[in-house]
Amino acid sequence: MAVTKLFGASVKRREDPRLITGHGNFTDHIRLPGMLAMAIKRSPHAHARIVRIDTSKAKAMPGVVAVYTGQDLVDKLGPVPCAWLVPDSDLKVPTYRAVAVDKVRYVGDAVAVVVAENRYIAEDAADAIEVEYEVLPAVVDQEKAAQPGAPQLYDDVPNNIAFHWKLHAGDFDAAWNQAEVRLTQRLINHRLIPTAMEPRGAVASYNPSTGELTVWCTSQNPHIHRLLFSAVTGLPETKIRVIATDVGGGFGSKIPMYAGELIASAISRDLGRPIKWVETRRENYVATIHGRDHIQYVELAAKRDGTITGLRVKAYANMGAYLSTAAPGVPTWLFGLILAGPYTIPVIHVDVYGVLTNTTPTDAYRGAGRPEATYLLERMIDLLARELNMDPAEVRRKNFIPKEKFPYTTPTGLVYDSGDYEAALNRALELVDYQALRREQEELRKQGRYLGIGFSTYVEVCGLAPSQAAGAMGFQGGLWESATVRVHPTGKVTVFTGSNPHGQGEETTFAQIVADELGVPFEDVEIIHGDTGMVPFGMGTYGSRSLAVGGTAIVMATRKIKEKAAKIAAHLLEVAPEDLAFENGRFFVKGAPDRGMTFQEVALNAYLAWKMPEGVTPGLEETYFHDPSNNTFPFGCHICVVEVDPDTGSVTFRKYVAVDDVGNVVNPMIVDGQVHGGIAQGLAQAVYEFAAYDENGQLLSATMSDYALPKASMLPSFTVDRTVTPTPVNPLGAKGAGETGTIAATPAVANAIIDALAPFGIKHLDIPLTPQRIWQAVREARGH
Amino acid sequence: MQVTITVNGQQYTHDVEPRMLLVHYLRDVLNLTGTHVGCDTSQCGACTVLMNGKAVKSCTIFAVEADGAEITTIEGLAKDGQLHPVQEGFWEMHGLQCGYCTPGMIMTAVDLLQRNPNPTEEEIRHGIEGNICRCTGYQNIVKAIQYAAEKMRASARA
Repeated sequence: MAVTKLFGASVKRREDPRLITGHGNFTDHIRLPGMLAMAIKRSPHAHARIVRIDTSKAKAMPGVVAVYTGQDLVDKLGPVPCAWLVPDSDLKVPTYRAVAVDKVRYVGDAVAVVVAENRYIAEDAADAIEVEYEVLPAVVDQEKAAQPGAPQLYDDVPNNIAFHWKLHAGDFDAAWNQAEVRLTQRLINHRLIPTAMEPRGAVASYNPSTGELTVWCTSQNPHIHRLLFSAVTGLPETKIRVIATDVGGGFGSKIPMYAGELIASAISRDLGRPIKWVETRRENYVATIHGRDHIQYVELAAKRDGTITGLRVKAYANMGAYLSTAAPGVPTWLFGLILAGPYTIPVIHVDVYGVLTNTTPTDAYRGAGRPEATYLLERMIDLLARELNMDPAEVRRKNFIPKEKFPYTTPTGLVYDSGDYEAALNRALELVDYQALRREQEELRKQGRYLGIGFSTYVEVCGLAPSQAAGAMGFQGGLWESATVRVHPTGKVTVFTGSNPHGQGEETTFAQIVADELGVPFEDVEIIHGDTGMVPFGMGTYGSRSLAVGGTAIVMATRKIKEKAAKIAAHLLEVAPEDLAFENGRFFVKGAPDRGMTFQEVALNAYLAWKMPEGVTPGLEETYFHDPSNNTFPFGCHICVVEVDPDTGSVTFRKYVAVDDVGNVVNPMIVDGQVHGGIAQGLAQAVYEFAAYDENGQLLSATMSDYALPKASMLPSFTVDRTVTPTPVNPLGAKGAGETGTIAATPAVANAIIDALAPFGIKHLDIPLTPQRIWQAVREARGH
Repeated sequence: MQVTITVNGQQYTHDVEPRMLLVHYLRDVLNLTGTHVGCDTSQCGACTVLMNGKAVKSCTIFAVEADGAEITTIEGLAKDGQLHPVQEGFWEMHGLQCGYCTPGMIMTAVDLLQRNPNPTEEEIRHGIEGNICRCTGYQNIVKAIQYAAEKMRASARA
């Protein structure tokens, strides 16, 4: 497309005025007449049989309107569905009830619900409910849970194995036997808690006179939620409206269908009154999904010159106590397909066991599967470099897919659209002044100071699509996106998008694109999202797909608008449409620029409809459902430089350089912001964050004081740069930028710290690399 | 218990439960929903307001403790349609993404700049430690506060 003045400009966000003045439209701000507050009584045990529930004290409390147990809701709510049914994996989807009926299977499982006049009363009453449990043995570790004799969560899921997914490309045994170098490593990619700053919640309002249910909720994908609300409550989709305007962060945790929102809806229908439920942060930590949590066994075959000849992975993915909405797809397709990374690895075998345990369910958390794959690859490459005494940058360079090989088909079947991996690596090396850094590292080591340089060269799968692939992978939906562009008689424009940004700033980015395409002022373009009553349909915002898929749908709809407008203008100007040109919002006769009319004049005429060309209907509104031909594949190189104090294990960040290639960039300011935030989360996995369970299944890091979220003083400033390789997959040339930082940062930081510890003979440590873990490793290495 | 609290320059008198938190008083009684709740343990700082000019976490204060106090919330920061320099800095420097932590972060920054009009990057990072942002990685928040500091110093000189 033509690069005009708004495409590529750091336009200030139009979302911000309401958000910086305290006028955002978050779910918890909704207040309706007659609204009741809901509180959920949750299991304190990881695994137990419910013997008896006594709600009498709670019911008798003044201000309490109703109390429900799981049994009371069985007829009102179906099981919570899983929507990613991975084929050929012997998948077993256990029945999951929004409120437990006979057994609880994780700390946080709902056992009863109270609605009351206000939240204080509802919480008091929930405390007053007495539940007698028969506590059962719990299992937390997925590898142990898959062994015979482990506690069983479900009678119909033997050994707690919900699925075994495999993808075997090439002859690994031959590669292994012929290898000059063989590396084996067990890697732990530990569990994280997404922690969107806005907790999850819903206001459900059922109108008995119309039979309509309106749910304001914290959703990344309101239309998918509407479908699932319909499936579980039995109400037709046509009677359900889901609204999620301002959503306070998601990172994947607001994709799934959860118990709380469904319970509020069922109770609103039962009582005919609006119900508000907003989780506490502790509830968020135990009952909103977690992410990652793999134990991986990796074998890497290579030649002595550094060429990788084969990779075999056996991974145990901890699914938690039930299969969350998209969960089975995350450690399988989203993990296994990208295991080639940016490298020409000819043979790849992956086996993944999805294991149920007595823990909070896991699902997509920022990056979803791709961070687990990238950390694995990047750690193995560094181990290979160490084994061969090669520079880690050069091992990467040696194995890169060369830029002339694109489009490139990986052994796992992905077709990488475009790439120039060496350019990103070279730019990053230049930005850190690599050779000087290595010299400094040598010097400092002589002084007993330990500098480390860590790399991560990654490829990621973005613009999650196309629908045909989604179907083949067992995703119970398409992965297209819709857009409706409505031009009003004044020429002002409303865009209805199925994407649902929750911090990504698409109200701004999308308006930039539309203003450019139609040649109308930026201020004249309104972007509407997050309301199923207004937007025709949508698949939502996740997988870095909003611009690549949703943005393209908007471009295609505006082009249909222009075609129709050109016909109307040509008719009014009494020329053939092909004799017209369109520039800067004005149609004019080629060769006679004075004969023309503005886009706004055409819009008015489309609605007046006094003089329309034959066969052209009045109005100026178009809808486009865009289903891309392929994913997009952003890539880049991140380099982290740290200094480690071996006596305390503390890590100081000296420098962090990110060179990302996300294709064309509409708003550089917004993309930089996405990269910053992504790096912060990825870095935090490497050194801070860790969801800790004890062996009984108690979440030890169940508050913000126990879960080590990064604070401002715990992070460095990042140097962010880009190379630009536009994707041929969409007319914007845009690939997606939401997850690159998270995917790249964890291995870059871990590799830097382990590089710093090389003089101690330390080759690998599992993340998070906390001071204690580093200190202990150094102590052991020193022989204490 | 009866409390009289001045919020954003307007005096209110209400009967409240002794256990009602100031944040719930602001949100549920006064309908000032710009002050957010992000945790239960006083960690996140989304609920930060100014009480008698100083930043406090309104989830950690009972409404009755604010009896007689002057409270400024995010809604009271802009004057006569003119954004406060800190608000302006957040908009100019892309100091927010989802915007949920933003009101608390802005109130903390206002307090920080009152105490230290010319903070270093390190002082800013230390000064906003009581506020958690999950979207930005803080880099642009630091820039936003630096922008505001510069602007406030310039107008003080003028």
